[in-house]
Amino acid sequence: MSPLLFWTFSLLMLVFGVAVVINRNPVASALSLVVSFLGLAALFMSLDAYFIGIIQVLVYAGAVMVLFLFIIMLLDLRAEEGRQVSWLALTGGIAVALALLAQIFYVIHNLKSAHQTFPPLARSTFDDVRNVGLLLFGSYNLPFQIIGVLVLVATIGVVLLSKREPR
Amino acid sequence: MVTLGDYLIVSGILFAIGFAGVMLRRNLIVILMSLELMLNASNLSLVAFSRFRVQPGGLPDYNAQVFVFFIITVAAAEVAVGLAILVALYRARQTTDVKDIMSLKF
Repeated sequence: MSPLLFWTFSLLMLVFGVAVVINRNPVASALSLVVSFLGLAALFMSLDAYFIGIIQVLVYAGAVMVLFLFIIMLLDLRAEEGRQVSWLALTGGIAVALALLAQIFYVIHNLKSAHQTFPPLARSTFDDVRNVGLLLFGSYNLPFQIIGVLVLVATIGVVLLSKREPR
Repeated sequence: MVTLGDYLIVSGILFAIGFAGVMLRRNLIVILMSLELMLNASNLSLVAFSRFRVQPGGLPDYNAQVFVFFIITVAAAEVAVGLAILVALYRARQTTDVKDIMSLKF
């Protein structure tokens, strides 16, 4: 992938990621999250992971986002009025995040393979749904079934949690 | 050329943005969105390593992509349960602000 496209999509993703955090209105945050996830899907496709990129658009930009917007609509949330900002909490949070970022940079800088470019692929990966599927239903069959049970349990839990208590 | 480190740095910055969101915001919905950002940052570095470790057959390491698939599934289930808890909380307390929920604060 050309560096220009990589940095374009990375900047798109990061700028809208920041917008998620600093927007006061939850609806604006949710819509910024969609754009951020679309940029991330483009980055996945730039890494020849077409299946993951499409799953990203379907699950995150589609399902999860509808869920967020639906809940915002259901609770009828408005933008937070300007509560007084605690400067101590603000600077503390930003300092901890920056410390984490510095540690990540340090680790990546000292990683030898981080300075290498990606080796070329021998074959095209346009059929990587097939390859992922073979692995998923072969070596990872048991985890796949466990994840199915997990989703079932989550569904039952959501139904139970949103049932109104009889008074 | 774009190196592996570039992808890892972008992923690290995204993780830090999500972390700052969890630390700074007080609206529970935005905290859940920031959690999603952090999960996606880890997905990005997993896919970058998958592409970097080309197998002898000339294909990327698909084990990492299966792992990402599992992470996406678990994250979707987590959002569903988290939002259901949020709705139950809103019914009980009429708030989504973490400043109003202080029972666990010492």
